[in-house]
Amino acid sequence: MFYREAGDFKTSYRDDSQTFPIRLDRMGYYILMFVAFFVVPFFINDYWVNAVFAPFLIYAIAALGLNILTGYAGQVSLGTGGFMAVGAYACYKLMTGFPEVSIIIHILLAGGITALVGVAFGLPSLRIKGFYLAVATLAAQFFLVWVFNKVPWFYNYSASGQINAPERSVFGVMVTGPNTEAWAKYMICLVFVVVLAWVARNLTRGMMGRKWMGIRDMDIAAEIIGVNPLMAKMSAFAVSSFFVGIAGALFFSVYLGAAEAGEAFGINKSFLILFMIIIGGLGSIFGSFAGAAFMVLMPVFLKNVLVGGMGWPTDLAAHFEFMIVGGLIVVFLIVEPHGLAQLWRLAKEKLRLWPFPH
Amino acid sequence: MTTATDMNASSADSYVTADGRTIGGVVMDLKNITLRFGGVVAIKDISFDIREGEIRAIIGPNGAGKSSMLNVISGFYKPQEGEVWFRGSKRPPMKPYQVARQGLARTFQNIALFDGMTVLDNIMTGRLNHMKANMFQQAIWKGKAEREEIANREICEKVIDFLEIQHIRKTPVGRLPYGLKKRVELARALAAQPSLLLLDEPMAGMNVEEKEDMSRFILDMNDEFGTTIALIEHDMGVVMDLSDRVVVMDYGKKIGDGTPDEVRNNQDVIDAYLGVAHD
Repeated sequence: MFYREAGDFKTSYRDDSQTFPIRLDRMGYYILMFVAFFVVPFFINDYWVNAVFAPFLIYAIAALGLNILTGYAGQVSLGTGGFMAVGAYACYKLMTGFPEVSIIIHILLAGGITALVGVAFGLPSLRIKGFYLAVATLAAQFFLVWVFNKVPWFYNYSASGQINAPERSVFGVMVTGPNTEAWAKYMICLVFVVVLAWVARNLTRGMMGRKWMGIRDMDIAAEIIGVNPLMAKMSAFAVSSFFVGIAGALFFSVYLGAAEAGEAFGINKSFLILFMIIIGGLGSIFGSFAGAAFMVLMPVFLKNVLVGGMGWPTDLAAHFEFMIVGGLIVVFLIVEPHGLAQLWRLAKEKLRLWPFPH
Repeated sequence: MTTATDMNASSADSYVTADGRTIGGVVMDLKNITLRFGGVVAIKDISFDIREGEIRAIIGPNGAGKSSMLNVISGFYKPQEGEVWFRGSKRPPMKPYQVARQGLARTFQNIALFDGMTVLDNIMTGRLNHMKANMFQQAIWKGKAEREEIANREICEKVIDFLEIQHIRKTPVGRLPYGLKKRVELARALAAQPSLLLLDEPMAGMNVEEKEDMSRFILDMNDEFGTTIALIEHDMGVVMDLSDRVVVMDYGKKIGDGTPDEVRNNQDVIDAYLGVAHD
């Protein structure tokens, strides 16, 4: 009744293939963008940006990246944490090596370097598939973290073995370092998220995405139609690693400020991001955001309810939090194995008729 | 060897069929193809050609090597001996996707669609050799990628209209029934505008109405677009009605080649289908 496509006619193929073909969706998107850019920055404070917005936005980039590789191209990867580390350390080396260059360029270059590393570790995917590929990428995860821990050049021979983000600014506004204001942190993450989500959407709706999905759904048929499996898989690894690398660079430089490879980018991170896309929905841009939001917001929400609302001791709440989040993941996967994105799709299909039965 | 030379001698001139279609020169020429899997000889010294604009059928009992033959043509199997000539030049060893770029399209015996994608996306994948925008142009979308997408969408929509699948355009393929899947697969192959279209049992598992529909599509395709078609089929009635020329295979060997009437009266073919002791 209220959410409907009746009367929303398309008269060109261009209109028909737009991202939000239903008018209400489109309006919702514009309102969301307006709020994100012109309302949130004026009300945001340090707690909100550090607990909610920065991790959500950065994890959303990483989830988008992994979703391109796993959800769209069907190549399972457990090396996300390692690739985030590549992005972080590449960004660090660039920031300290070329302090006069803009941080935006450093972050993009860090993504590019990660893309190259991703392609190198993606080469085994031409021969091995499924679980076996997952194990091969697991090797990448451990190898990369080991390298960043053991080769002092990567952390500039610092005594602690940590990397610390120097202070950098964009258009005169500080975006990294301890004195960064909340809104600046939020804005730089937001700009990257919006641009990268747009790129991901464009790539996945065009021929690139169809090649990836073809390889995912039936690789032999795709090859006989004319998809070069080498190019399709390597481009998926490259684009995915580019996204993950940028996420790693932002995670280190903007969010954490200081990082140590094993701690910040360990195997836990790989699993966390894999869970995000499984819960959010494989092969869905919206799912990447939904999954990231779920995994970031649920613990924060539970902590606020348990500690703030019910007055439990912090350590008890922390343990319960794990149990509840774990339980919720299981429940969600039983209710809808295709993730939150599928639930959202079903809800929209129901809404088209609601509140009428027919 | 003799068969191949005989064929070439007569292939230069085109002719007009009884129903008014022009059959041109040779598009695909297979010369003395032998394919082995270890000790098993799947195809033994087979030669035949496919002419432009014709419907060419390959028939034979189960295990005769028909599908292997199609896989050789589409570059999926590499024959140990023999040559494949395509549009007047010898084809070097190629990967299947390179063969596809030369203008070959095919469908599969057991449907090979991309289940997670919509019908429209499946058909659009058929256009991939015609779309040239690189990754960066696609990432930006506005400009070349979008123009190309729309231009190719129009071609796909024509195919969709032609095969009468407008109503399922946006449906994920996984949800479709078998008969429609077969039709979508045909649409995907047709969208590539191939110079040679290979159909591997397009009517397997269909009821009479679906078979009639599919036969109509194959004939119309050939008639309206002039598509050259090579097909494998078990339904003799369909094969004899549709095809201009028929190759009959048995135990990896060619036992007959000619018009449906010639093949029908060929003693070797009758033996193969009725069953005679092999030595």
